[in-house]
Amino acid sequence: MQDTYSRAGDAADPPYLAPDYLSTRTRAPKQPLIAIPQTLSEITGPVYGQSDVKPEEADLTTQHAGEPQGERIIVTGRVLDERGRPVPDTLVEIWQCNAAGRYIHEVDQHPAPLDPNFTGAGRTVTDEAGTYRFTTVKPGAYPWRNHANAWRPAHIHFSLFGPSFVTRLVTQMYFPGDPLFSQDPIFNAVTDARARERMVCRFDLAATKPEWALGYVWDIVLRGGNATPGDVDHA
Amino acid sequence: MPERTPSQTIGPYLHIVLTPADYKFREVFSAAVADPGIPGTHIRIEGRILDGEGNIAPDAMVEIWQADHQGRYAHPADGRPLASNSFRGFGRCATGKDGGFAFATIKPGAVPGPDGTTQAPHINVGIFSRGLLKRLFTRIYFAGEAANASDPILALVPPDRRETLIAKPDPAKPGLYRFDIRLQGAGETVFFDA
Repeated sequence: MQDTYSRAGDAADPPYLAPDYLSTRTRAPKQPLIAIPQTLSEITGPVYGQSDVKPEEADLTTQHAGEPQGERIIVTGRVLDERGRPVPDTLVEIWQCNAAGRYIHEVDQHPAPLDPNFTGAGRTVTDEAGTYRFTTVKPGAYPWRNHANAWRPAHIHFSLFGPSFVTRLVTQMYFPGDPLFSQDPIFNAVTDARARERMVCRFDLAATKPEWALGYVWDIVLRGGNATPGDVDHA
Repeated sequence: MPERTPSQTIGPYLHIVLTPADYKFREVFSAAVADPGIPGTHIRIEGRILDGEGNIAPDAMVEIWQADHQGRYAHPADGRPLASNSFRGFGRCATGKDGGFAFATIKPGAVPGPDGTTQAPHINVGIFSRGLLKRLFTRIYFAGEAANASDPILALVPPDRRETLIAKPDPAKPGLYRFDIRLQGAGETVFFDA
């Protein structure tokens, strides 16, 4: 049975066990994965579209009475498959800390201020060209206790479905030139340097809105269909 | 051709948007996959996620994807009509402080398999958490299901590990199945690569 979705790009992913990221030591499976064919169960997947989101959910700066502190930014790009085709009508969910590096989450007790005007949650659905667009503030760096003086580079968490169960992706978007990359075991768990660069957005003057917000562009590439008769169109 | 964007961990703060009830953000997903009006046998599936030291994982997230009671998926790659248009087949549940998750759903029907085979009723499961740099993928099968013996995917699993994929009915609670997920070590759940 021929795969509907290519497995070749799996090499870009980090391994489950990356010992420098301490939490992987007790959560990474020790047995090898069992390879299975892509059946109807794998080439189908949850279908959520425009009717499941509200336009205002793509703007993280207008969810409260006032504006959040920090550097207002636009994050936009396209969701594509490995054949370069746009992935339209797919749900994109994002979450992040505030400009001071603090998550609203109850578990985050880092002594940086919460922002009463910032939750850090957003969602949207890609358009026909696979394009998404969020307005938010640039997240701060923050310390964590993985190793001595450990700091996470600024990042925004992204969650995407794509057209099937096997195209599901949860990842993080980083900002160009972050001096914290070299000491971050999560970023560096992706062992291929070129693959790491694909997690870094780029500043884009054309995406920058004059007198308003800096623009960053980040394209996201999901598992792509093989060119077979059983190929799933992104209906 | 563009190259794949690598996976990264979901981290401990996923609830802000993915299961946001505590953060005053609108919820899109829930652990209720099938409302009471959906045709089929209504069941609950409860379990815990345990790490390699036997500790519970209170900061993980489980997603399930399943067919309806006739074994049909609400997706264009299936295309067969569903008994209810309101059945979407997808559920999401963050683990609680006890490491537990719970779904209210229906038992799926048998699903077409590769090369003319039939797959026993099963639910597809994705697991995300801090310390997992990419999703784990497993399946829930059901104890006592005769079709398990001829399921083409279970046949790929060493016999001594198949039990990790079988949800067990709770004798004290009709309709409740238990399915624990062990990420690592003794009794480690079988995880798949598709």
